[in-house]
Amino acid sequence: MSVLLEVQNLKKYFNTPKGVLHAVDGVSFKLERGKTLGIVGESGCGKSTLGRTIIHLLDSTEGKILFEGKDITHPTKKELKILRREMQMIFQDPYSSLNPRMTVERIIAEPLLIYKQYDSKEETYKRVRELMDIVGISPRFADSYPHELDGGRRQRVGIARALALEPKLIVCDEPVSALDVSIQAQILNLMQDLQEEFGLTYIFITHDMSVVKHISDNILVMYMGIPFEFAESKELFKKHYHPYTKALLSAVPIPSIKYKKKPILIKGEISSPINPQPGCRFALRCPYKQDVCLQQDNPLVELSPNHFVSCARAREVNDV
Amino acid sequence: MKEKLLEINNLTVHYVVENEVVQAVNNVSITLNRGETLGLVGETGAGKTTLALSILRLLPDPPGRIADGEIIFNGKDLLKCSDKEMRKIRGEKISMIFQDPMTSLNPVLTVGEQISEMIRLHRKVSRTESTRLAVEALESVGIPGERYLEYPHQFSGGMKQRVVIAIALACNPELLIADEPTTALDVTIQAQVLNLMMNLKKEKNTSLILITHDLGVVAETCDKVAIVYAGEIVEYGTLEHIFNNPSHPYTVGLFGCIPNLYQDVKRLKPIPGMMPNPTDLPVGCNFFERCSSRMDCCKEKKPATIEVEPGHLVKCFMAGEELTGR
Repeated sequence: MSVLLEVQNLKKYFNTPKGVLHAVDGVSFKLERGKTLGIVGESGCGKSTLGRTIIHLLDSTEGKILFEGKDITHPTKKELKILRREMQMIFQDPYSSLNPRMTVERIIAEPLLIYKQYDSKEETYKRVRELMDIVGISPRFADSYPHELDGGRRQRVGIARALALEPKLIVCDEPVSALDVSIQAQILNLMQDLQEEFGLTYIFITHDMSVVKHISDNILVMYMGIPFEFAESKELFKKHYHPYTKALLSAVPIPSIKYKKKPILIKGEISSPINPQPGCRFALRCPYKQDVCLQQDNPLVELSPNHFVSCARAREVNDV
Repeated sequence: MKEKLLEINNLTVHYVVENEVVQAVNNVSITLNRGETLGLVGETGAGKTTLALSILRLLPDPPGRIADGEIIFNGKDLLKCSDKEMRKIRGEKISMIFQDPMTSLNPVLTVGEQISEMIRLHRKVSRTESTRLAVEALESVGIPGERYLEYPHQFSGGMKQRVVIAIALACNPELLIADEPTTALDVTIQAQVLNLMMNLKKEKNTSLILITHDLGVVAETCDKVAIVYAGEIVEYGTLEHIFNNPSHPYTVGLFGCIPNLYQDVKRLKPIPGMMPNPTDLPVGCNFFERCSSRMDCCKEKKPATIEVEPGHLVKCFMAGEELTGR
C-alpha cells in the first residue's frame, strides 16, 4: 500500500491575548491510500485544527506535510489551487456550510465551475445530476434551497460537493454529529460505499467513540494538542494503554444492558493549552500521576507493534 | 411500596400554525412511580420536549394547545390548575433541566443569586438563609461555595450544567424532568454529570423523566423506557423489556443504527426514509413508510397497543410475533 499523506511533527500555535495557544503540538502520522484515519478527542483537543491545518485552511507553525511524497507544507497560491482539487472537506454543520442563497444544483456545481471542469453548462449540470445520484438526492431537489432540506439531505449535498472534483483525500470534520441516529447510519453507510467505489482516503474527525471505531482503520487519540495514543482501530479497542484513553472509552455509555461497567470518572476538565508547561498535559487529572510525569514531555513510544502511546508510566501501569 | 406520582392519560398536543395543525403529541399515556427513572427516547421532532413542556404547562400558547387528556400529579390534574397553583408547582414540586446549559442561565446574575432566587420564591426564608442554602446546593453538585459570586460565563459547559442541576434540585422537587441534560457535553464530563444526577436523585428519592436520543445513556440510568415516534409512544416497558426483547420494528431499527463498541459490524442497518410530516400524519401506522415488517393492514388503520408481556406495551400489529424482513 502506498502512503498518500504523511504528517511530520506538525504544530499549529495561535497567538492569543493570554499567551501562545498550542492547539496542535507535534503530531506525526502516515496515512495509506484508501484507508481511514479517525481522530478522536473531546472538544478543545485540537482535532479540528489538525484537520484544517492539513488541508491548508490554516497555515502550520512548524512541521511538514507530505502529500503523495511531495512536500506541501508551504505551497504557493498556484500550487494550493491544484492541491485543493485533491483534498476536500466535509463540515460538521450542514446548516452553516451551505450557501443559503444558492440552490442545491448550484452548490454542487460550484467547484466544477471554479475549476472549469467542463466547457459547457450542459456537461457541468449533467455531472451535477450524476453526483446527486451517487449521494442519493433525488433530482426533484435540484432547485431547492438548503433551508428546504432536512439535516441528512443537507449533509448529502455537502458530500456531493466534496466529491465533485474527484479528490483523493477527504477530511470529514464531525460529519454525522448533528444528525439523528437513523440518519447518521445512512450517511455512514454512504461514506463507506463511496470510499470503496472511488478509493477515497478519509481523515475522520469525531468525538463519538462508537462511530470512530466503526469507520476507521487507524485511530489517533488527542488531548490538548498532543497525540496520546495511536493504533489500529481493532487493537485500540482491545488494549488501551494511556490512562486518558482508558477513561474516555469507559465513559462512553453502551446501549446494552449486558455489558455493565463502571465508568472511570476522571476529575476536572480539559483546559486550554496556553503557554503549557513541559510534562504530560493530562497529569493534573490522571489517577496514575507521579513526579516523573511533570518532568519531561513524553513522545509517542511504540509499546507493542504499531501501537504508540505517549505516557511516562505506560509500561508500569499496563505491565508491558 | 410503589406509589404512583405521575399519570398521563391520552395526552394530545397540537400546534396550530397558519391553518395547519401540527400533531406533536398523540394520545400518550404514561405512569411514573416515586423514585423511578423513565427514559423518553426518540429522534428530533418526535415530540419528546413538547410532552415534557406540557407536564409543566410551559407550552408556548399560541401556537401550542393541549387538545385532550389529563396529567395527574399527586392526585391532582395539572391541566385544571390555575396559573397561580402552577407557579407553586413549578420548581418546587416539578423542575426541569434544559438541554443547553449555555442558554438556560441568566448571564447577568451570579450563579449563587440564581439559586437563592429559586429558594426565596418557594420558601419563606431570609436572604442570609437563602444564601446559605444556595452555597450548600452549589457544594452538593461539586462546585466550591466560593464560586457563589461568579457569573455563568466564568464556568465551563459541564460546570454550568451542574449549576442548572443545583437550581433544579434546590427545593427538593418530587419530579425532575431532564431534557437532554448531557447532549452538549463531552463524554468524560457527561459521565461526571450523569453520575452526579443519579446520586442526588437516589439521595432525595426524586422521580426522573430523562429525555434523550442516546440509548447508551438510557441503559445506564433508566428503570423504564418509552420509545417515542411521531408523537406516539410506540413501545413502553422496563429497561430489560426494551433492551432484551425490543418488539416494535422502530425500536429494533434504532438498535441497528448505532455502531457498538463491543461488537464488530461491517455495515450499519439504517432505517430508510424519514419521520412523517407531523402536519400530515398517515391514516395507518406512522412508521409504515419506513417499516421492514409492514403488512397491508398497517396502511389502513392505526395499530392498537398490545401488551406482549406484563408491563411491556407495543403499538404494532406484529407485536408478539417474530418480526419479518430483517
